[in-house]
Amino acid sequence: MTIVAESFVLPERRGTAGRVSDFFWRHPHVLLAVLLGPPLIWLGIVYLGSLFALLLQSFFSIDEFSGLINYEFTLATYRQLLTDANLDIILRTVVMAALVTLASAVIAFPIAYFAARYARGKWKALFYLAVMLPLWSSYLVKVYAWKLILAKEGILTWFVDKLNLLWLLDAWLSLPIVGGNSLSISYTGTFIVFVYVWMPFMILPIQAALERVPATLIEASSDLGGTPAQTFRHVTFPLALPGIVAGSIFTFSLTLGDYIIPQIIGSSRLFIGQAVYAQQGTAGNIPLAAAFTVVPIVIMGAYLWMAKRMGAFDAL
Amino acid sequence: MLSEKSNRAPFGLKIAAAAGLAFMHLPILLIFLYAFTTEEKSYQFPPPGLTTQWFTTAWGRPDVWAALTLSVKVASIATAAALVLGTLCAAAVSQTRFFGRETISLLVILPIALPGIITGIALRSAFSIAEIPFSFWTIVLGHATFCIVVVYNNAVARFRRISGSLIEASMDLGADGFQTFRYVILPNIGTALLAGGMLAFALSFDEVIVTTFTAGQQSTLPIWMLEELIRPRQRPVTNVVAMVVVIVTFLPILGAYYLTRDGDQIAGAGK
Repeated sequence: MTIVAESFVLPERRGTAGRVSDFFWRHPHVLLAVLLGPPLIWLGIVYLGSLFALLLQSFFSIDEFSGLINYEFTLATYRQLLTDANLDIILRTVVMAALVTLASAVIAFPIAYFAARYARGKWKALFYLAVMLPLWSSYLVKVYAWKLILAKEGILTWFVDKLNLLWLLDAWLSLPIVGGNSLSISYTGTFIVFVYVWMPFMILPIQAALERVPATLIEASSDLGGTPAQTFRHVTFPLALPGIVAGSIFTFSLTLGDYIIPQIIGSSRLFIGQAVYAQQGTAGNIPLAAAFTVVPIVIMGAYLWMAKRMGAFDAL
Repeated sequence: MLSEKSNRAPFGLKIAAAAGLAFMHLPILLIFLYAFTTEEKSYQFPPPGLTTQWFTTAWGRPDVWAALTLSVKVASIATAAALVLGTLCAAAVSQTRFFGRETISLLVILPIALPGIITGIALRSAFSIAEIPFSFWTIVLGHATFCIVVVYNNAVARFRRISGSLIEASMDLGADGFQTFRYVILPNIGTALLAGGMLAFALSFDEVIVTTFTAGQQSTLPIWMLEELIRPRQRPVTNVVAMVVVIVTFLPILGAYYLTRDGDQIAGAGK
């Protein structure tokens, strides 16, 4: 009996690697610590530490005369944040982000719907690549491409001219708010470029949500006498909604924080990202810049909480 | 069974999907045309003539080469760091259970979920508090932070597909932990890591927002392009560089796609 019992336990391994390996097997917590240690030090301490340090600075204020940071707890910076001019910037950014998200959903939905429901085999792979390549291609090159397109002497004006619709373009540009001297320095231009750059992020989540809609459900709806429009309205769309919300997290958040697109294509009025950039750079007011970054964090926090309640995270 | 009729896409849907895809691709194709235009002072369309002379001009520009070399160096080292950290994190999350596992996934995704300007300004103010001067390494540090998520997503998806019995079998046959890793786990996750690494490289190679905050006087290729965008001085050279960047970033994405296409996950879903 004793001989059998003994043979269950192997002798200890020899060599450093063997001993280390045995040690990890007996102490799985040490192995876990070794695995998680480096990434946690990097992300948890370096990254989160920097974030907290930044947020902390929003509770300091800047001395108006010396321009130095006054390290005393105060809410003065937040009072400064809530002035009319800054609230304008916040409102402008949020409205733009909401419009971009809406337009992205409208453009992305047919692509996702076709890919999920009709594309098969080789076509499906092709569709996937056709979405992935623009999604991953260089951000700056995409913005640059639109600078070429929207320029006064560029392809868009040429094309509109060929269609004899220049009067329509001019009428649009003469409108208040959305208009401007040319498309590349108007909100319309900023809006188009935002939609172009962030829309691809919307397609894959919607496609994933649509692929989970069983075809039998759509069959059942039409068997029960639903027209295609009714089926879409009452069956397909509600089931795709978590996917749309999941995609909107990207389009909304990315538009909210961008400062390069409105700087290159847009009017001179600031967006949140530009305000942060200006405050920390030329103005040298780090506390106000930090307070400005709190705005997108709070908005995204609320947005994510709502999205989670709608089940959007299962669609990611 | 679906009827024959419902398997054919409605005409309107086809048009809308085709228009959407055209909207996504035509602007990028336009970049290729502009690389050959003879016009130097404006973005005139149609181009008055076509030429290949700008390729030689761009080839002879030391500032473009310096920016390209810096970008490649930063992307390589940031990718290497992200590969190690992302794999460690993925191994811990998928192979063990512990308190706060969900939080780790959130922490990894955070640098890419928050707008880049927040990550950038946070790192910049941390560098200034810690009195670290801007250098090559501060750029790498910023890039590696948001590259981890790409490697992590690819690795975690693959780890989930390795059955636990495979690892137990290896242990039962007498392999120690390192041998199991070398001969069982690594061959299984290899292509996922390669794909994740390629995507991380593409992400780092293209990054501009965080870089503007963590770079001192040095300029990576995206920073060089950004300066040209704000104040165009060398339009023809910029056109050529833009075309090269498009081609350079397409290659890793196609590569990553072919490496993971049989998998159950979407290689780039984490961007």
